[in-house]
Amino acid sequence: MSDIYVVAEHRQGELRDITFEMLTKARALCEAGGHSLTAVLLADEAGALLPPLAERADKILFFQDARLKVFDPDLYRDVLAHAIGQGKPLLILMGHTPSGLEYVPALSIRTGLPIATDCVDIQLEGSKPKLTRQIYSGKLFARVVCRDADSYLITVRPSAFQPEESAPVQAEVVQQPLPGGVGEPRRTFIEYEDTSAGAVDIAQAPFLVSIGRGVGEEENISVIQELAEKLGATLSCSRPVVDKNWLPRYHQVGTSGKSVKPKVYLALGISGAFQHVAGIAGAGTVIAINKDKKAPIFRVADYGVVEDLFKIAEALKEKIKA
Amino acid sequence: MDIVVCIKRVPLTQEVDLVIDAGKKDIRKDDLAYILNDWDNYAIEEAVQLKETFDGSVTVVTVGDEEDEEILRRALAMGADRAVRVDPGSRLLDGFVLSGILASVVKTIPHDLVLTGVQADDDNAGVVGVMLAERLGLSHAAVVTRIEKENGTARLHLELEGGMDAVCQIRFPALLTIQTGINEPRYVSIMGIRKAGKKELKVIELGELGLSDADLLPQTQVEELYLPPEAEGAEIIEGDPGAIAETLLRIIREKGVNV
Ligand SMILES: Cc1cc2nc3c(=O)[nH]c(=O)nc-3n(C[C@H](O)[C@H](O)[C@H](O)COP(=O)(O)OP(=O)(O)OC[C@H]3O[C@@H](n4cnc5c(N)ncnc54)[C@H](O)[C@@H]3O)c2cc1C
Repeated sequence: MSDIYVVAEHRQGELRDITFEMLTKARALCEAGGHSLTAVLLADEAGALLPPLAERADKILFFQDARLKVFDPDLYRDVLAHAIGQGKPLLILMGHTPSGLEYVPALSIRTGLPIATDCVDIQLEGSKPKLTRQIYSGKLFARVVCRDADSYLITVRPSAFQPEESAPVQAEVVQQPLPGGVGEPRRTFIEYEDTSAGAVDIAQAPFLVSIGRGVGEEENISVIQELAEKLGATLSCSRPVVDKNWLPRYHQVGTSGKSVKPKVYLALGISGAFQHVAGIAGAGTVIAINKDKKAPIFRVADYGVVEDLFKIAEALKEKIKA
Repeated sequence: MDIVVCIKRVPLTQEVDLVIDAGKKDIRKDDLAYILNDWDNYAIEEAVQLKETFDGSVTVVTVGDEEDEEILRRALAMGADRAVRVDPGSRLLDGFVLSGILASVVKTIPHDLVLTGVQADDDNAGVVGVMLAERLGLSHAAVVTRIEKENGTARLHLELEGGMDAVCQIRFPALLTIQTGINEPRYVSIMGIRKAGKKELKVIELGELGLSDADLLPQTQVEELYLPPEAEGAEIIEGDPGAIAETLLRIIREKGVNV
């Protein structure tokens, strides 16, 4: 029997969804392989963080220190390198999130352990993980294996696993100070800033017409804007449209934008990268129009049209007039 | 302010049917067009803008074959001063191996700042930059959307989820992974690329770097590539645009939207 570690991700006193998603997957792996589940928590205080973890893990490794008040990649790297060295867990699951992107690769170099990132499935064959990733922005799946090692670092794609309730357990909490040799963080946290507030609240809109890079040029935005008006819909977009300054940030749907829950989401020229698709999980019906019949968006859409988006936009305008 | 930017050339995979090759570990790439990785384009622009404001130099580095020099020339045309290509021969490259190769090159180039993209558009792994920081012993930050330099430090915006940024202060030297949208990459013309042909482009053979076999051993490998399972997903609506539009309007109304 070995341990599977889940590194709890939290911000401003709250556990993030990815933590519950990882705990659910880790529990399934533990049950199948007779392993034991340890949640690893780095925080300045237990607050509301401990109880939900205690219900879902067999053990909690709780590193408590004032320096852990806000996330710092150097501290995470040092503390986890220590914990892995001591506990020799088989798998360490961490979020493929902005925070994960900041410390997991460094942890891999520090420990010399292999790493597979952005995994959408994890299987264990004996003590060897088989991992499923998506490459080329989701157009292909890859089964990935690591070289033989005692422990494997795995980052898990947000929303890849559904968090499920399971019979509550009462974890043994092992509280520890920061290990020796952990230095002062090399960067200073200043503040959080919300960049997404604006004139339109796409999160509340019942009908969204959403454009992606496929819209091609800034001049074309007005064509779709007109369509949205005719349809009585709100305009939203994928990230490249905001990156190019064609629409303000508050129109962006996705992990770093907003999560939306319209009755209908009409996606025009959007490929369906996971960071985008994660934002439309709450949509009632997704209709995608894309020239590329292999675009990943068609895997999550309810209805698809393989066609030039402008042809369909024009036809929609015509029909609405009629 | 001396800046090193690590960049990569990636295949353009939209609107093409990717074909898995016989070994099932890679795709057939002969017919694909290639471009500069999107994230790296922003990283080059950011480096050039910093240089234009604070002086210094920009060196771009890639690990790749002769055809990959195309993106180095593009970076030179954008304003980088010199370029380095490390030829990896037929080595398998994962983030571990790539960051090891880059570390041995970057440490020979003076740098206050090292920039990479957040991730590459082919493997979507997102590890090379932060692995490189760790190997070089640099403080680092990932998913950076704003850099305001103040003497020996910089005030950074790091992008989190849901429109939230974390603002922090970091000391140089540092490594930052750059997120799209941080700036507006400049346009480069064919003429510009031709002109930049005079700038230095150095080629280093892997053998010159003195890396051991262990340094060059991938930690993670693709066992098998496969197409996403069929029969999942959207019901495809076919017909002429008029008929499609009619069907779409019917569906939209059925789902409770008044149009
Ligand atoms: C940390 C991080 C956070 C991110 N956060 C977000 C986020 O919040 N939201 C987000 O959207 N992305 C986010 N991204 C970016 C994401 O990975 C993708 O790069 C992005 O979603 C791609 O946008 P797109 O689909 O519009 O463009 P592309 O991937 O370029 O796709 C354009 C599509 O348009 C189609 N097309 C082109 N022309 C036409 C035409 N005339 N008619 C019909 N179809 C056409 C093409 O076939 C293609 O499928 C994030 C990335 C990272 C690393």
